[in-house]
Amino acid sequence: MFTAGIDVGAKAIKVVVLKDGAVAVRRLGLTGFEPRESTLKVFEQALREAGISRKELAFVVATGGGRKEVDFADGEITEVGGAAKGSVFCFPTAKTVIDVGAEEGRGIRCDSAGKVVDFEINEKCAAGAGAFTEAMSRALEMPIEEFGALSLKSTQAIPMNAQCAVFAESEVVSLIHAKTPKADIARAVHDAVASRIVSMVRKVGVEKDVVLIGGVARNVGFIDAMNRSLGFDVIVADDPEYIGALGAALVAHESVSHGRKS
Amino acid sequence: MTAEYWRWKEYNWRDEAIEWRNGGVVSAGVDVGSVSSQAVIMVDGKLYAYSNMRTGSDSPVSAQKAIDWAMEGTGLGLKDIHFIVGTGYGRVNVPFAHKSITEIACHARGGNFMYGPRVRTILDMGGQDCKAIHCDERGKVTAFLMNDKCAAGTGRGMEVFADLLQVPIEEVGDLSLSVGEEPEPVSSTCVIFAKSEAASLLRKGWEKNTVLAAYCSAMAHRVATLLERLGVQKEFAITGGIAKNRGVVKRLLDELKVESLTTTYDQQIAGALGAALFAKALHEKSKAN
Amino acid sequence: MLAHYGYKDGSGDYFIVIDTDRCLDCPGMCIEACPAGVLDRIEDDYGDSVAAVAEGHRKKIKYSCAPCKPTGGGAALPCLKACSPGAMTHSW
Repeated sequence: MFTAGIDVGAKAIKVVVLKDGAVAVRRLGLTGFEPRESTLKVFEQALREAGISRKELAFVVATGGGRKEVDFADGEITEVGGAAKGSVFCFPTAKTVIDVGAEEGRGIRCDSAGKVVDFEINEKCAAGAGAFTEAMSRALEMPIEEFGALSLKSTQAIPMNAQCAVFAESEVVSLIHAKTPKADIARAVHDAVASRIVSMVRKVGVEKDVVLIGGVARNVGFIDAMNRSLGFDVIVADDPEYIGALGAALVAHESVSHGRKS
Repeated sequence: MTAEYWRWKEYNWRDEAIEWRNGGVVSAGVDVGSVSSQAVIMVDGKLYAYSNMRTGSDSPVSAQKAIDWAMEGTGLGLKDIHFIVGTGYGRVNVPFAHKSITEIACHARGGNFMYGPRVRTILDMGGQDCKAIHCDERGKVTAFLMNDKCAAGTGRGMEVFADLLQVPIEEVGDLSLSVGEEPEPVSSTCVIFAKSEAASLLRKGWEKNTVLAAYCSAMAHRVATLLERLGVQKEFAITGGIAKNRGVVKRLLDELKVESLTTTYDQQIAGALGAALFAKALHEKSKAN
Repeated sequence: MLAHYGYKDGSGDYFIVIDTDRCLDCPGMCIEACPAGVLDRIEDDYGDSVAAVAEGHRKKIKYSCAPCKPTGGGAALPCLKACSPGAMTHSW
């Protein structure tokens, strides 16, 4: 029995197809300017990879900020709902989930069934999410992966005064003119975002095990900064950007298993 | 990007009719902002000379350049100025100043000079901040709110849009007013997200001027909500670089349902002018003691 | 003077408002009461010794004050409790 979860994010669309409740396919595509078209494209690619047609999908659940674009979905779930569900599936001992995407950062407390107990969101401000590190990596003219890795080579912490991505970009340019080592700049940038995310998560309370998901969890510099800010190492999910879609797919599976759709 | 759409004209000015050598009090104020710097020189409390330029990567150097440019052609040297007050973000950026005073106090004082003692609410829309100030008839601050954390509602935010749309920043306001029907404002407050939204609108076939109108409208609304937190007490006046953007100003005044006072002085020098007035008062106080 | 420290960004409005006229002659218990060192004593431009949000915190008070504002709701804010002249309010 096949079910699917579709996570329409600000930057990328993630699709997870489950076969009898186990992951069969994961696919990702950029959202771009036409989210509806991009969603269909990634969805159809996933179906092809799974070797099934749409009719063979028993249930589809949509999630993410753009979930309304998935007009063929059978159900929907909030981002925090999908994040909690997917994280606990992968890590049954997870009590706190930190989900950092391109435009939003979320702190979630969950129970052992993957239900959301409490949550807090950093939204509508680029400084509190992945858009911040991405903007700075552009200012330094290097790919985000390189930028993150470079931050690990920093030899000293430097202060970052700007709390806005636009002002921080100007500050980074000034630091470059002042010949500040790029590795130190990179670390300051990652520390700044991590500090904002951790402050936000502390509002819901940090209880171990803490799992980090979302596209920004692929950034090694960000993970390091998070660990230092929290004072311990977070568990980083494999394929972290898919966990929301996985959660949605699991909800789809449960809906069928519990007979919510014939 | 070869053209620099964010670039605006730098300039200096002086009043040839004033002779500083006649023994009057020569005072100066230097306002080093994140984006622009101004230096104002007064003789006996009358505006004598000033400069307005972009702040460089080194603030103390910018402060020196600003005062040098204001002094150009006057025959003045720093030693001829009786008292200098420094202001702007950071405040320690004017090493040759005798004292530093906050930009809030300086803008209130300068606004009072430029707009007269009836002004009670001053809105300063600067390069990297937005200030709302209440003052009394002497230009003393009775309430203030400054937002320098977020680029929305600041000159830098507007520069990002001018750059995206490839429109020289000094033309943004007028072009935004040339649209027939007022569009929905851009929905994101955040400049980074608003920029993506604007790019998407352009792809959908929106005209540049309409996108400019949508952004000016969003900026005006945001500034209005900031001001409303303080309340607008008449008379109301606007200073700072964005005061010259008719597209934002008109929409702002429409939303607030209030008129703003006019002035013959350059709206970008309010901070430096206030600082120069403080300098004169401090010099006279020190002579009296 | 009503001093509003803080900011409004895409995520909301965060202002600590201090009525400095009420700060005069107050020993400033709010400063000690804050566990995050958000508050400071300053001499304002008119020579008065008053409370203010420390410069380093002004652009991130949402985060600085977060520990005292847990999602589930918490105890009364220590700074407000300590302010006997009733000079301080939080906008969020």
